[in-house]
Amino acid sequence: MGSVADPAVTPELRREVELLLYRQADCLDNRQWQGFIDLFTPDGIYWMPASPEQTSGDGVPSIFYEDRNLMTVRMKRLNHPHAWSQKTEWGTSHIVGNIVIDSHDPARGDVTVRSRFHIMEFRTDASRHFAGSYVHHLTSTADGYRIKLQRVDMVNGQGPYDYVLQAWV
Amino acid sequence: MAATTDLTKLVQPDRVHRSAYTDPAIFELEMERIFHKVWTYVGHESQVKNTGDYWTVLIGRQPMIMVRHGDGSVRVLHNRCPHRGAMLCGNRLGSAPDGFTCSYHSWQFHTDGSLKAIPLERGYKGTRFETGAADAAMRNMKPAARVANYRGFVFASLAADGPSLEEWLGPAKIAFDDICDRAPKGEVEVVPNCFRVVQQSNWKIFLENQLDALHPAVTHESTGKAAYEVELEFEERHEKAPLSYHFLSAFSTTPIPKWDDFQTLNYSNGHSILTGYMGLRPSDPDTLAYEETLRQAYGEKRMEEILAVNIHHVLCYPGLSVQPPLQQLRAVRPLTVDKTLTEIWHFRLKGAPEAIYRRALGYYNLVNSPSTLVNADDLWNFWKCHQGLASDGGDWVSFHRNAGQDHVQGNLTTSVIGTSEAPMRNQFSAWGAYMGGT
Repeated sequence: MGSVADPAVTPELRREVELLLYRQADCLDNRQWQGFIDLFTPDGIYWMPASPEQTSGDGVPSIFYEDRNLMTVRMKRLNHPHAWSQKTEWGTSHIVGNIVIDSHDPARGDVTVRSRFHIMEFRTDASRHFAGSYVHHLTSTADGYRIKLQRVDMVNGQGPYDYVLQAWV
Repeated sequence: MAATTDLTKLVQPDRVHRSAYTDPAIFELEMERIFHKVWTYVGHESQVKNTGDYWTVLIGRQPMIMVRHGDGSVRVLHNRCPHRGAMLCGNRLGSAPDGFTCSYHSWQFHTDGSLKAIPLERGYKGTRFETGAADAAMRNMKPAARVANYRGFVFASLAADGPSLEEWLGPAKIAFDDICDRAPKGEVEVVPNCFRVVQQSNWKIFLENQLDALHPAVTHESTGKAAYEVELEFEERHEKAPLSYHFLSAFSTTPIPKWDDFQTLNYSNGHSILTGYMGLRPSDPDTLAYEETLRQAYGEKRMEEILAVNIHHVLCYPGLSVQPPLQQLRAVRPLTVDKTLTEIWHFRLKGAPEAIYRRALGYYNLVNSPSTLVNADDLWNFWKCHQGLASDGGDWVSFHRNAGQDHVQGNLTTSVIGTSEAPMRNQFSAWGAYMGGT
């Protein structure tokens, strides 16, 4: 949290990072799956650990551990007319807040951002709630900041799942 | 209706009455007559490595504890303090090397469930709970009536009488032989992560789906096609997609008629086997390196025997679905008539290269995790099945496909074709026997 006063964390940087997180949430809520994927670097990873103690998703069980190839499988499935379980009324609303820039390396263009999320999902006449923390490891590219690694820890992630998760959280 | 109906009339050779899935009274009888009698998989011994390590688990209606005792054995105990009935372990897992202490009045127990200490014990003087008195044995935690361990897989039965675990499993014990034999060291180790997914449907609907060879091409078409398209993108880049993509694309690249080439083998007690279809013996460097470790451990002939075992699923009815070559299993814990918990585990083959573990991990993450690209559409079907069966739109569930055409030899029924509904008929044959009390 000491980095809050870091002079490298300018209001412009803070605003740019916030807008990226809002844009990602917007992609999910509007089913802009390709837009979501495009926010990742070519080697970017979306990771939801199986347990909070995990420090890497490599070679260990994860709820999600997807590179852009696997993200593309998920997107293509969601878009397929016979993704049967996706054809019911379904929608999500993401709220992202408490955004804190944890570290910023202007020389490398790397930024680490912590935030909290709360999601309401509506599906087959029922609502589910998911909440937890995001950590975005961003890097500066010609297109602006992009995600090298996004870690998603849900506070209710280790409980039994009533049904499953079909899209990214 | 259950109390007064002859339950065996609900099960006919080619169809089953819907109330078997939807009547809460029948569900209660299933708990009593099936789940409280059969052998239930409680866990793998490597989940509890050290004295006092424990996991809690449900057997039918009973909250139980699987714990490592000081003598090295794995014990299965009712999770209940004999004093006022509180559960002793409120957590799913933990370590109690000094035994269990009740958080209510501090009764203490050894890891075999025997009483260790009662605070202020003099208060029991002259009562039936006094040491040496009539009910003194009831001061111990109640153990499961029987516990058995087959190659590290621990089962418990709440019935004192009945067939031994191996007798009960019969040929289905190949589930554990196949997975263990595939390890160069002949045994497996659990990866201590349990994914838990709740299905909004009766438990039997899940079991029927496990060996249903007709559904994958229909239900999983979207995922199969998506994975296949991305496999092609890899090829265009002159790269090779990881084998885990093949686990998914097989749903789409295996046309429906091809599923008839597979077989189901159906045994006593409702157990059954679906033969393999994924071609899990590719000739990539990882597989060849793995084969070399097997060759060194077992010799060429035995290695070929082990790798020739071609199984996709083994169903140990009513509570366990094992995928030996993929090193994972799903345990079925019915919660209510329309709600079923599945507990999903995977294993490492001891002595096998890391790449072989990662292959299993790919399947575990993509197919069996809560973000499953596959089971999402299964669970949707299960829920829709349960909703339909709870309606008055019809009374019977059809299992007519190839009824009367399968090959019967003693206790083995071999499906005439892969999509025969033989496994479902076999499951209900066992169900009728359990429920009818015969």
